[in-house]
Amino acid sequence: MKRINTIFLLVLILASGCSAPANTGAPPPIDTGIDPETWVTIPAGEFLMGQHNHENLVDYDYEVMVTTVTNSQYAHYLNQALSEDWVRIVGDQVVGYYPGDEFHAQEHEERIEAGDWLHVPLEEPGLRLVQLTGNFEALPGYENHPMVHVTWFGAKSYCEFYGGRLPTEEEWEKAARGTDGRPFPWGNEITEENANYYSSHDLFEKIVGGLGDTTPVGFYNGKTYNGYQTIDSASPYGLYDMAGNVWQWTGDVYEGAHYRYMRGGSKADYAYNLRVWTRNNATPEYHSPNVGFRCVREAQE
Amino acid sequence: MLSKRFNYLFQSTKGLVLVAIAMISIVTAIWGMLSGPMVEWGIKDFVVDLTGMDLVPAEREGRIVMLYHVIAMAVVAINVYLITGIQPMHTHQRTSINATITAGYLIAMVSGLGFAYFGHNFILHGLFLFGQALVFFSGILLAAALWPWKEELRIEKADHARSKSGIDLERLAFFTMAVATLGSALFGAVTGSYWGNGHETFLAEDLVREPHKTALQLSIIGHLHIMLTLIGVSITLIIGRWVDFKGPLHKIAMYFMIIGTIVITLGAWAVVPFEAIAHWIIYGGSVFVLMAGLFLVIFTWRKLIREGLDTKGIRRGNLWQCLQALGRDPLPFGATWQMVFMNFNVSFVGIFVAVKLDEIFRVWPARDERVILTGHWHVLSGIIATIILFYYADLAGLKGKARKWFGWVLIIFSDLAFASATIFEMKRLFVTESAQQALVNGVMLTMDIGLAIVLVALALLMIWRLADLFQGKGRWSEELTEEMNATPPSTPVVTTPPLKSNPGVKEAGS
Repeated sequence: MKRINTIFLLVLILASGCSAPANTGAPPPIDTGIDPETWVTIPAGEFLMGQHNHENLVDYDYEVMVTTVTNSQYAHYLNQALSEDWVRIVGDQVVGYYPGDEFHAQEHEERIEAGDWLHVPLEEPGLRLVQLTGNFEALPGYENHPMVHVTWFGAKSYCEFYGGRLPTEEEWEKAARGTDGRPFPWGNEITEENANYYSSHDLFEKIVGGLGDTTPVGFYNGKTYNGYQTIDSASPYGLYDMAGNVWQWTGDVYEGAHYRYMRGGSKADYAYNLRVWTRNNATPEYHSPNVGFRCVREAQE
Repeated sequence: MLSKRFNYLFQSTKGLVLVAIAMISIVTAIWGMLSGPMVEWGIKDFVVDLTGMDLVPAEREGRIVMLYHVIAMAVVAINVYLITGIQPMHTHQRTSINATITAGYLIAMVSGLGFAYFGHNFILHGLFLFGQALVFFSGILLAAALWPWKEELRIEKADHARSKSGIDLERLAFFTMAVATLGSALFGAVTGSYWGNGHETFLAEDLVREPHKTALQLSIIGHLHIMLTLIGVSITLIIGRWVDFKGPLHKIAMYFMIIGTIVITLGAWAVVPFEAIAHWIIYGGSVFVLMAGLFLVIFTWRKLIREGLDTKGIRRGNLWQCLQALGRDPLPFGATWQMVFMNFNVSFVGIFVAVKLDEIFRVWPARDERVILTGHWHVLSGIIATIILFYYADLAGLKGKARKWFGWVLIIFSDLAFASATIFEMKRLFVTESAQQALVNGVMLTMDIGLAIVLVALALLMIWRLADLFQGKGRWSEELTEEMNATPPSTPVVTTPPLKSNPGVKEAGS
């Protein structure tokens, strides 16, 4: 019995002593060379959708941001949107108006009423924005990391402010996998050099340990960073981060469900969650260090 | 001598259980390398390369479904062996049931894993279905053999529960469970075959928030829930015979188990046409089954305490003496303790999630809710597996210190793993996503340590029995002789004498 107690004690000591160091410092600034202001055109046409490759059609051209929205972009947006009363700060939250959803009284469905809804929780420790002299800025080192802790309302609002919208799930998946039914944006297999996922041993995981951190948008483009070699993992249309790093909000509102859907998997998920058809969902007010977004807009002439 | 060993492994109850546990251990050892934490340690890639597995990303769900079925078939086979060993039946029935299910699960296991993980040879897929069909057919044979109205095949013991008309209620409970299992297997098999022809496989946990589920999806959800429940019912009944459950509690428990089994099963089947009320039917049935389990635990613990105090010559012990007596033999205590512990990890968690679903859990992202669901039934499966191991360790003849060490290691470290898994599932109650890293690292570590030590204990048990097979007059030889000499053939071949005379040594034969 004494021995069992000793083993048990040892287990407890090990368990308490093995947590990874907290992420307290700024990450090293890394220029990926990918401009997050770039948009690419996805041509109209058929593509294979879902795990079982059902034929699907998007019969119009549309443009998608080449990366997810960065902290710098979102900070810039907040400054503009606040000055134009597009959004407001109430207490420690950025909020904005949403006209509400039709309610169908489906089991577990919650009402999404018209009114002000949370966009960004300003006191959230994982937020990479700071307010200096009244203006929002990205935390040093996080400028080109994806904007996180943004709700569906906050993501939608950003896109609409600039004349775009959130992608539908169809648009997102077509942009991610092209037309050949591939499971990952870059092809059929996933390796640690393709994307930021749980325990992918990326540069930032090595710095902060455990669940790691977001990587700068467009990080996996074939470049070598401080000796860390990546593989160019763009989608067939040249989009980056369509698998891993952060889940991405999509815009669909489905009848009988108040949930909003996310695609792409994140830094906190195992690799299989990065398959292009994998869905996640949450209430539209949900925010997380693992959720961001990108926008689509009508094809420019 | 090789043929004698073959006879032991494939004809005796203890040998058949040993083979099935060994097969599950091998599958677990290899396929366990494909998931965390082996993934992050790079072991998965090594195993995949070494074995030549072909892991097509789009087929992950299909592979997992086949893996679950392969393991489930072997577990069902173990339960069937134990049932044919403890319930009176004709020798030819016992032989044909055991032979059929052995062929079935082995064919299903080898061909199923071959198809799922090593390219898609559709002959193997056909054999996988054939193997499962054999398992199903053996279930029909078992139900027939357990027919409760055969007067000559009843356990005739004082205090053994009977109805007013003399029906052996425990046998009726086994029979009810067997018939319910057959129907529930069809519930999955028919719908899966009919709608699954496109091989568009899915995991039930991925559908949880779909507002509109198809009949196929509902039937598969019902199927997987009821099959695991019925495996739980069967092992509870088996443990009852192990500890010689009898008396008034036995009688009430058997009535409750029969009623509960029927109600839960009908509730699970009702998920397709009456989803809205099916849960309530299942809850109602669960109360009966859980109460039956509780009565078994009360009976067993009272018995263990009484016997433990007797060995020390104490008539009425104080609390500490009673606890010492209760834990004196960790195998029967462990099997029943797990039934209690299961409530903290499965039942209470399930009830809490159900009650607070919209308020708490549906506010979380779907992937977090999914973790609860997968954790929930992995823990339940794990607990059932440990209960089987407690019983098998007793059947295998573990005695003395080895028995105590094995028993306590299994209790402590499996529960450490299950508790860690439960905390991991529910972590969002305690920490935000931004601050979860330390907690996740901690519980992952304790979970892995718990599982690893349990697997080492299991491996040692298997090695011990493997080494025994190399001895000319080993334990296996005695066990075979005892079982083959059991007369008359209608009596149980694995009997359950009181535990008090010699903890851990079961007598074979009657």
